[in-house]
Amino acid sequence: MTIVLGIGFLLMLIGFWGLLTRRNMIKMVLSIAIAESGLQLAMIAIGYINGRTAPILNSETLKLHGALKVVDPVPQALVLTAIVIGVAVNALMLTFVIRLYQQKKSLDISDYRDMKW
Amino acid sequence: MIKRVISFMVLLGFAFIFGKMLINWLPMSELNGVARAYVEREPQELGAVNVVTAIVVTYRGLDTLGEVSVLFLAATGVALLLRRRKNSTQNKENKRPASEFLKTGSSLLMPFIVMFGVYIFINGHLSPGGGFQGGAVIASAMLLMLLTFPDYRLNHTVLGWVESASGVSYVLVGVLGLLLAGGFLDNRILPLGTYGAILSAGAIPLIYVFIGLKVGAELAGVLENLKQEQ
Repeated sequence: MTIVLGIGFLLMLIGFWGLLTRRNMIKMVLSIAIAESGLQLAMIAIGYINGRTAPILNSETLKLHGALKVVDPVPQALVLTAIVIGVAVNALMLTFVIRLYQQKKSLDISDYRDMKW
Repeated sequence: MIKRVISFMVLLGFAFIFGKMLINWLPMSELNGVARAYVEREPQELGAVNVVTAIVVTYRGLDTLGEVSVLFLAATGVALLLRRRKNSTQNKENKRPASEFLKTGSSLLMPFIVMFGVYIFINGHLSPGGGFQGGAVIASAMLLMLLTFPDYRLNHTVLGWVESASGVSYVLVGVLGLLLAGGFLDNRILPLGTYGAILSAGAIPLIYVFIGLKVGAELAGVLENLKQEQ
């Protein structure tokens, strides 16, 4: 699971890199989405316990001794929340991009200096 | 140039932090206290086969209510920002109609995709899945329709009603838990039933049906609004 955690961190780094260096706003939104996926992967990897099964107690042994046989269900529940909120935030950001594009016909973030000092 | 260097330094800093976390990381070998309590007590207390569902819907049900509200706010924001204007119907004629294959295929597949979404959220307490996933699958069926038939309009009134009614019912079930059982969103307002049967785990299937309908309607609304804009 160290590998999965590493991949998660790597995806987060790729996302941050895209966020810092790209100027196209759609690419920036995608970078945030990539960083989010990395974070979710890392959370799942932290909750994993080697050699155990999914937290679904569908047999008698699992029902009785589930705590010894399943992985941590709490990070999975949290990632479920994180995915949904991520989707909502991404949709909202893309909407902002669409509105900005309608105003100025440009996707380049450096064309928008109205709020800059 | 100086900006590039600064971004590179920032990234290097993050890479350093992550590397340090990765090297010093010890994988978990057994469940910690909270997770252990959830896994051990959940079959007797709530009767849901899927522990993740039990945590999402009942143990941390208030979080899920917040999550649904965030999704609702985002969908409302999208609808508000992309409000349809009068001149949005001008470039209709240059749209190429979809091919016969796509039309026939998606009309054929759409009911099955919706059915699969319903299956996912009804079985949310028994198998991997749940309201959000099932709702997303239903929204994907709507996306298929929007892609295939460019002039296809989802009925906003129906979407709005489904969304509001399921949201209100979700909160009402939560309040019923406060009145009849242990607390807000407690699932024991209905009998727990046989462990592992489809009508078990108290109110969890009911809540997931409401969440699934709400999420499906919201995501379909977001897709519809985004589509209106091109």
